Amino acid sequence: MIWLIHILNGVAYGMLLFLLAAGLSLIYGLMKILNLTHGSFYLVGGYLGLTVVRATGSFALGLVVAALAVALVGAAIERFFLRRFHLEELPQALLTFGFLFIFADLSLWVWGGDAQMLAVPGPFARSLSVGSFAYPVYRLFLIAVGLAIATLLWWFQEHTRLGTMLRAGVDDAEIARGLGINVSFLFTLVFALGAALAALGGVLAGPVLSLYPGADLDTLILAFVVVIVGGLGSLRGALAGSLLVGILDDFGKAFFPKFALFTVFVPMAVILVARPSGLFGRR
Amino acid sequence: MTFRAGVLVATVLVLALLLVLPELLRPYYVGLATRMLIFALFAMSLDLILGYTGLVSLGHAAYFGIAAYAIALLVVRAGLPSGVAFVLALAVAALTGALFAPFALRGRGSSFLMITFALAQVLWSVAFGWRSLTNGDDGIPGVPRPDFGISLDSTQSFYYFVLIVVGLAALLLAAIVTSPFGRALKGIRESESRMQALGYDVWRHQFVAFVLAASFAGLAGALYACFNHFVGPEYLFVIQSAEALIMVILGGAGTLLGPAIGAALIVFLEDFVSSMTEHWVMVLGIIYVLVTLWAPRGLVGIVLDYCGRRLQ
Repeated sequence: MIWLIHILNGVAYGMLLFLLAAGLSLIYGLMKILNLTHGSFYLVGGYLGLTVVRATGSFALGLVVAALAVALVGAAIERFFLRRFHLEELPQALLTFGFLFIFADLSLWVWGGDAQMLAVPGPFARSLSVGSFAYPVYRLFLIAVGLAIATLLWWFQEHTRLGTMLRAGVDDAEIARGLGINVSFLFTLVFALGAALAALGGVLAGPVLSLYPGADLDTLILAFVVVIVGGLGSLRGALAGSLLVGILDDFGKAFFPKFALFTVFVPMAVILVARPSGLFGRR
Repeated sequence: MTFRAGVLVATVLVLALLLVLPELLRPYYVGLATRMLIFALFAMSLDLILGYTGLVSLGHAAYFGIAAYAIALLVVRAGLPSGVAFVLALAVAALTGALFAPFALRGRGSSFLMITFALAQVLWSVAFGWRSLTNGDDGIPGVPRPDFGISLDSTQSFYYFVLIVVGLAALLLAAIVTSPFGRALKGIRESESRMQALGYDVWRHQFVAFVLAASFAGLAGALYACFNHFVGPEYLFVIQSAEALIMVILGGAGTLLGPAIGAALIVFLEDFVSSMTEHWVMVLGIIYVLVTLWAPRGLVGIVLDYCGRRLQ
């Protein structure tokens, strides 16, 4: 039974990681930007959600406000800063790390240094029991939300006009531009979408993991491992990597707390050696 | 006065200033100057792979920190003499570099950056989590300064020790980057495939550059642990790596003088800003953005552009 609980916990955590990794991966896939601010979008989103939920009592409103606000911030960063450094990875890394610092200090200023948690929203604040086995409903809800968003993203990418344009942009931005696709608009849209997904992750994580200064880097590093394992630029890779890393991380924390990150990093090292482009990455 | 003579005079003046500095300044500022020198070495070591080889690492603190931990553990826990521990610490940094390089070199560009970042975080998580060995985030106090026959316990004597070590290391680095090996690295930075076609073993050059950079970073880390008499997980943390990155870029990547100046500036600014406000992290973030937007080639680049315009 204990195994089942750890696996479920791992999958729930993996779904949160997926919300980050999907954005990170989409952004990289389309514009080759490694967004080091992605963890900050998660943390700031979580904090914004926390403020809204505490002010209004509505978890749903917290999700919406956080996602929209962070999407706007993301769009602004892309439009006014990253756009100038297309395909230059060093300036991109410096800029996004600079914003990581700025957001870290701002959120420490606004929300303080103590770890904070969101209350589990009403309808999910109970456990589901089957026989002697009890499991918190909120974590099951997380799994459902993660799967729903994964399906939605897949449908968007494969079956909508915008998704088709997106795939064209990923394959060859130059040609896509030549065919009359507004690639510049796609860039901003995808960056904002990625930021919004990370913010959703932050709010959804609020009731299970606490929000604290430094959570931005902690989640960023795990999201990196996910995309290294799954392959940068692939949605399927992000999902598979998230589940794997989520489960491994949960087992690591439970059984080898001293070397918690090792259970995640050793498989990453193995995959790097065997398949440097990740499980689903393209060479 | 010709340009060359001007550079010579400036060099002599700076060297003279560095030599008499402890006589002119209060001990606190001698300590600050020592930190500037140590981070100048750290930034120069990063530039060997960043500016000269073209590999953007976000995990350079790994080698800085592991040497610092090595010296602390070898002296405080294993009871080795401090001089021996100091030398062994450099070996540990070089070995870690040799162990990590094959993984990091599987990737280029953004994946190189991610892998170096992830590997450094592994070390950080061990330093943070393995409390019985490392005291976790409390760190290890009581790291002694190396004793090579002369006591280095006073601020002044340690300053001179660091000045000599960093000076020698800088000369060695200068010899490396101007050697045929160093020129090959620059070739690899400009075009890997062309160097491959010319018959250079690109991977081996990158590997050696990586290990050398790790060793020099380890030297800086060991000095820093001795300077502070302390080592903690923040030595290994990504913020340390990122600070080294901005030191190199602010000064000017692909030169040795630039990163040294950038390091001195960042160390000074950190000290100055921290004394006025607690928002150093915000200021640092803004420096990143401003440098990227307006001084991508660093201060040395700005000066060179200016000289270039004057000469025309």
